[in-house]
Amino acid sequence: MKNERKRTFLLITIPILALFVCFNTIPLIRGVIYSFTNFKGFGSYDWVGLRNYMDLFTDVRVGKSYLFTFKLAIVTTIVVNVISLILAMALNSKIRAKSFFRGAYFLPNVLGALVVGYIFNYLFTYIIPAFMDMIGLEAFSSSILSNQNTAWIAIVVVCAWQSIAMNTIIYISGLQTVPEDVYEAGGLDGATGWKKFRYLTFPLIIPFFGINMVLSVKNFLMVFDQIMALTKGGPAQSTESISYLIYNNGMSGGQFGFQSANAVVFFIVIVLVSVTQMKISSGKEEQL
Amino acid sequence: MIKKKSNWPVMAFLICGLMTIAFPLYMTIVIALKQPTEMTNSIQGILSLPKSWSLANFREAMRVTDFWHSLGNSLLITVVTVVLSIVVHSLLGYAVGRNKAKSKFYSFVYLFVVSGMFVPFAILMMPLAKQTAELGLGNWFGVVLLYVVFYMPMNVLLYSGYLVNIPIALEEAARVDGASTWTTYWKIIFPVMKPMHATVAILTALAVWNDVMTPLVIMAGSNQNTLPLAQLNFQSQFGTNYNLAFASYLLALIPILLFYIVCQKQILNGVVNGAVK
Repeated sequence: MKNERKRTFLLITIPILALFVCFNTIPLIRGVIYSFTNFKGFGSYDWVGLRNYMDLFTDVRVGKSYLFTFKLAIVTTIVVNVISLILAMALNSKIRAKSFFRGAYFLPNVLGALVVGYIFNYLFTYIIPAFMDMIGLEAFSSSILSNQNTAWIAIVVVCAWQSIAMNTIIYISGLQTVPEDVYEAGGLDGATGWKKFRYLTFPLIIPFFGINMVLSVKNFLMVFDQIMALTKGGPAQSTESISYLIYNNGMSGGQFGFQSANAVVFFIVIVLVSVTQMKISSGKEEQL
Repeated sequence: MIKKKSNWPVMAFLICGLMTIAFPLYMTIVIALKQPTEMTNSIQGILSLPKSWSLANFREAMRVTDFWHSLGNSLLITVVTVVLSIVVHSLLGYAVGRNKAKSKFYSFVYLFVVSGMFVPFAILMMPLAKQTAELGLGNWFGVVLLYVVFYMPMNVLLYSGYLVNIPIALEEAARVDGASTWTTYWKIIFPVMKPMHATVAILTALAVWNDVMTPLVIMAGSNQNTLPLAQLNFQSQFGTNYNLAFASYLLALIPILLFYIVCQKQILNGVVNGAVK
């Protein structure tokens, strides 16, 4: 009886694990191997040791893409979480048509990021400049996508438009775990407005804040579709995210080996960022 | 009492917020329904309602982007991925969830698979493009297999977490009656995990339906498109005919919009369950 159970579990686990190894672990290892070569994506290649990694740290384009990606991830995470928290509190208060509002506010999240990007591309290129013209602000009548100092803002807006939905829903489920009597007790002690939020609400929803932080930063660091639809990395390579650079130069730019090294570093960065964030937020939870 | 007073400002705020969501969608619809001749350079020209309602743009967009084919591919990939995910991930979730507390091997398998969550697609994409081509998997089925692997970490985490709440006594009762572990799983555990199946199905379906990168990299040589991929590949053919482009975007959004309107409640529940667990 016991053996039959053990055997069944093994028969389930081994093939599925093999599939996972085949399409996750092996490509990961192959990626690491390619990172030590000068492979172009086709033809023969040589071992180059750590040269790709050395070049990575002096490559201006790679450096720029890291700066851009982190700037985007940090700014978008802050924007998204501030707006989401406010929205979540509004949607959790006593209002009419609550479920309609919740449903409507979640809508952007189910739409495909690429198509949403294309729609916003048009909005930034034609509608907003025309609107600025109409109200007489000629200084803003050129598209923010065509200026290398402002194009990243458009990407922040599109990323935020879609992810606010997700973060709001998570904050709402956090707010629902706060028992009503906490507020009643707080009210007796004179906690209102900002104080009430800072000392009562926020500490109680920290686990949800943690989830949102980890989700946001990880997603925005891997941004790709929005770049593809809005700027294709331009103007002047000012909006090349790391994923986009790896795709563009690695798949078709003949830098298979070099971009593999970039991908390995990117992987390590993602792991470090996620683990640090989880450590911080689980540490905070214990203090409560 | 205070809450009643703050009701109207909150409502006004929420309605203003909704405008930012409704406006891009409104813009998409009116542009998709217009002809290029109706589009003047002024805002009024672009955003006014079309003078005559015509579906000509949609017909043309369907032809240019090979809409029905792309829709078929998207549906096929999504449905097969979701079915396989529910079967494969729940099985592994079960094997791991029931054993990881007492077995080193299974707790290793659990950590090994779940840590796959941190592997960005960027590092896998180049080796996978080569590997799938070598194996003759540069097609929709290759994409499905990859999805089953990519969403395994998340879904196994969800399933094995859910199993903790299912008492083992339930299985023991069946075993006393002489049922094998395999039969017990399908007869008892699989049906009990139904709420988790719904969550997994929703999360996987949304992610797969909207994904661009995997089909872009894997199906590049196959002349086949998914719905989002078709928008990318035919972008240049729209040229400056934005009415045609927007008709195509709208067509690409309609299936998921309908799905959302019909299953809104399940989707919201599924997403929250998935994220908070």
